[in-house]
Amino acid sequence: MAAPKKGRSAGAQSKPGRSLALILIAIVGLTGGMFASGHTTPRLGIDLAGGTSITLEAKADQGSAINKANMDTAVEIMNRRVNGLGVSEAEVQTQGDRNIIVNIPKGTNSEEARAQVGTTAKLYFRPVLQREAQGGSADATPSTDPSASASPSGSASPSASPTDKAADKAGDKVSESSSSPSASATSQGRAVTDALKKAPTPSGSSTPKASDSPSASASGDDASAAAKNYATLDCTNPKQRAAAGKDAERGQDTVACGQDGEVWNKFLLGPVDVDGTEVKKAQATFDTQTAAGWRVDMTFTSGGAKKFADVTSKLAQQTSPQNEFAIVLDDDVVSHPYVQTAITGGNAYISGSFTQDEAQSLANMLSYGALPLSFKEQSVTTVTAALGGDQLHAGLLAGAIGLGLVIIYLVAYYRGLSLIAIASLLVSAALTYVLMSLLGPAIGFALNLPAVCGAIVAIGITADSFIVYFERVRDEIREGRTLRPAVERAWPRARRTILVSDFVSFLAAAVLFVVTVGKVQGFAFTLGLTTVLDVVVVFFFTKPLMTLIARRKFFADGHKWSGLDPKSLGAQPPLRRTRRPSGLGAGPVDTKEA
Amino acid sequence: MSKFGNLGARLHRGEISYDFIGHRKLWYGISILITITAIVGLAVRGLNMGIDFQGGAVFTTEKTSVSVSQAEEFATDASGHDAVVQKLGNGTLRIQIAGMDTEQSDQIKNELAKDFKVDPESIAADLVGPSWGDQIANKAWQGLAIFMVLVVIYLAIAFEWRMAIAALIALIHDITITVGIYALVGFEVTPGTVIGLLTILGYSLYDTVVVFDSLKEQTKDLTKQTRYTYSEVANRSINGTLVRSINTTVVALLPVAGLLFIGGGFLGAGTLNDISLSLFVGLAAGAYSSIFIATPLVADLKEREPQMRALKKRVLAKRAQAASDDGISDGRGYDAEDATPAVVGPRDQSAPRSRRRPSGKRR
Repeated sequence: MAAPKKGRSAGAQSKPGRSLALILIAIVGLTGGMFASGHTTPRLGIDLAGGTSITLEAKADQGSAINKANMDTAVEIMNRRVNGLGVSEAEVQTQGDRNIIVNIPKGTNSEEARAQVGTTAKLYFRPVLQREAQGGSADATPSTDPSASASPSGSASPSASPTDKAADKAGDKVSESSSSPSASATSQGRAVTDALKKAPTPSGSSTPKASDSPSASASGDDASAAAKNYATLDCTNPKQRAAAGKDAERGQDTVACGQDGEVWNKFLLGPVDVDGTEVKKAQATFDTQTAAGWRVDMTFTSGGAKKFADVTSKLAQQTSPQNEFAIVLDDDVVSHPYVQTAITGGNAYISGSFTQDEAQSLANMLSYGALPLSFKEQSVTTVTAALGGDQLHAGLLAGAIGLGLVIIYLVAYYRGLSLIAIASLLVSAALTYVLMSLLGPAIGFALNLPAVCGAIVAIGITADSFIVYFERVRDEIREGRTLRPAVERAWPRARRTILVSDFVSFLAAAVLFVVTVGKVQGFAFTLGLTTVLDVVVVFFFTKPLMTLIARRKFFADGHKWSGLDPKSLGAQPPLRRTRRPSGLGAGPVDTKEA
Repeated sequence: MSKFGNLGARLHRGEISYDFIGHRKLWYGISILITITAIVGLAVRGLNMGIDFQGGAVFTTEKTSVSVSQAEEFATDASGHDAVVQKLGNGTLRIQIAGMDTEQSDQIKNELAKDFKVDPESIAADLVGPSWGDQIANKAWQGLAIFMVLVVIYLAIAFEWRMAIAALIALIHDITITVGIYALVGFEVTPGTVIGLLTILGYSLYDTVVVFDSLKEQTKDLTKQTRYTYSEVANRSINGTLVRSINTTVVALLPVAGLLFIGGGFLGAGTLNDISLSLFVGLAAGAYSSIFIATPLVADLKEREPQMRALKKRVLAKRAQAASDDGISDGRGYDAEDATPAVVGPRDQSAPRSRRRPSGKRR
């Protein structure tokens, strides 16, 4: 993908068998993985497979007004949420004045998606007044993400350092962005982002030390209603949990529950300090400086930065758990990092032993957690495909016919050589199919009709690489070379061309993937994938295969049907190099390969 | 076929060639004409944006036995727009039609009720917002702009800025033509269309880059000889990659043509048609522009460089000399026999009677 590499010419071609074996093993391995995972077909987008349609109605509560601007913002945020990595092809649109329809393709975990869009709410930062761990039995953990199964994400090393007094309970720590202490590396499982996942939790703390929790001491306003609630609250009880802190006023103390691994924490929280909308941006980053693992970087708006500075300077002087603030989403505490020092710059990060998913999920919540409106789920129903199977069938049929025509053309033009092109196309198609199937469960990749068309066009791009190479080889033969040197001499130039032009395709895909969302992003992903595969196939399959067949008599002797017949190619007899008719083959001076 | 193979050989040797660069004004003219037509079409007729961009009406029927495809027909007839019909879990139909306002939607509701033979009251009509939203479309444009900037930078580094500019112009040319055809024909613009357009971006540039790569190779040591001008070498480089260009374009167009004619032919207008049309037009335009527009533009830009001008002077002077020496001037007055390759000429500025010709004409 990168700029053309020089000086890599010798290795690969001397051992063509090894490259071929490598790619065959990769194909067999991936195919095996595909069958083992049970996902043998690519997940289809909603236009081809149908799915679930959720209608949400904006609630007219004390919050902001239901107007077009707020509805549009909500649509955008939901779009971000349901599309996660942006390749699941879910659709979000407004209907009427106060409804939002969310269409989710079949095969997505619709429960999860409902949780993501349906129970949307508001995000606040509140100071922690009291905290207490409760329970810890396995059944209290409702949500292990099923879609994460394709890539293992567990088994982080226990990480919270014992000298850190708060670490074993509140492993998350918030720091100024410039410094960089952090807890530990974790495994890097990759799964669909889940905007409403429970609190990111230090994996080391899944064996709770319930004993040390009483450190939480009453903090002054015992008399308040919230404190009374706190005393009786049992977060291990789902009913109580759901009721905890319901419709809390932002200016008052409240109670809430949060989960750390299998442990429930109950919280007594102070008034809202910072609004979720005051987070300008949040993103999960891998802390490369210390290689300490994933963290969540936050940037506040100017107003938010001021408030956050105030809060953190106050909190930093407290002891655990009063030095923590809780990030409250929908009355649930999703994270409760502690504060070491006052953070004044408007940039902060939360570190802890996050997995990538957890960091991503928290970042998503911080970025998109604050919907301008709250919504009520109105209906959930299945929908059939928006286009109907006939479109897909016609598309596939047309694609097959087109591919057939391409093969006929290649055979007619390149004769024996076309076998290599066809084999390469098949390898490319197989890899694309298998990867798409595997990416469905892994990152929620869904294939829609436009993407199918894009993949059909990719046939052209893939074939282009072979044609560039073949034409080069034939040019070399026309110069009077025999096949084996021709194949080797043609390669460095062809390789350069292929890399340079594929880089352009890849650049287009990468930019679109980063900048856009939704369908365009899904398409960009497909484009990028096929481009990378093109390079892989040409380097590890087509070229070695060419080297191999160059040794076969049929091709080396330029059989009439080999596509490499020097006579029909119009080769010049290998004359003295100085005299070439009009020198047109080689450019003004002999620039070949330099 | 072997004749065609022969063509490749003869192109390779330069026995036959088409003077792309020499006729560039003709092709520029054609392109400008097409582009103006496209822009006028766009300005006058505008684009027919689909429901994903402008929203529309959604009708929800009660439980019905009417099939999805029938409903599609009814809805398309009633509205004159493409309709998206989905069957919901409870047996009702959801019919989405682009670009409707409240008044139109009432009228269509009544027509649908007649077609479905139900009471208009049992059909719920609602306006839906664009599911793509302006934001998402805007982001696609934003991505496009960023991509163009990056690609120009990349090409400027990998090749040179003149090629980057020429590639960019060719790209804009392709996009304009494709969009213009959409405006003129009045096809509905769907996400598929946009995606098709974005595919063209990559492909158009891909094609251009392949030609440029060969051009760069062939012109590497150009100033060290005095036999050919830049334009001539550029022309030869186009001819040299012509077979590849034809082959790859055919190979890319065949599947798309399959989608367009076979898929579309069986099914009538639909998403497949939308996508494959934009792809078809764009791919064809992309192949055309890399040969007829991008490379001649590079040659034009290059010929303005002082050293290329000097080179041209030297070449022409030499040719004039050779011609006066033996008086032979066939179509290719610079056969190999005519001169021993003067490898590096000292910067000989005293070229006698060098007529400045407007371009690298060689006959």
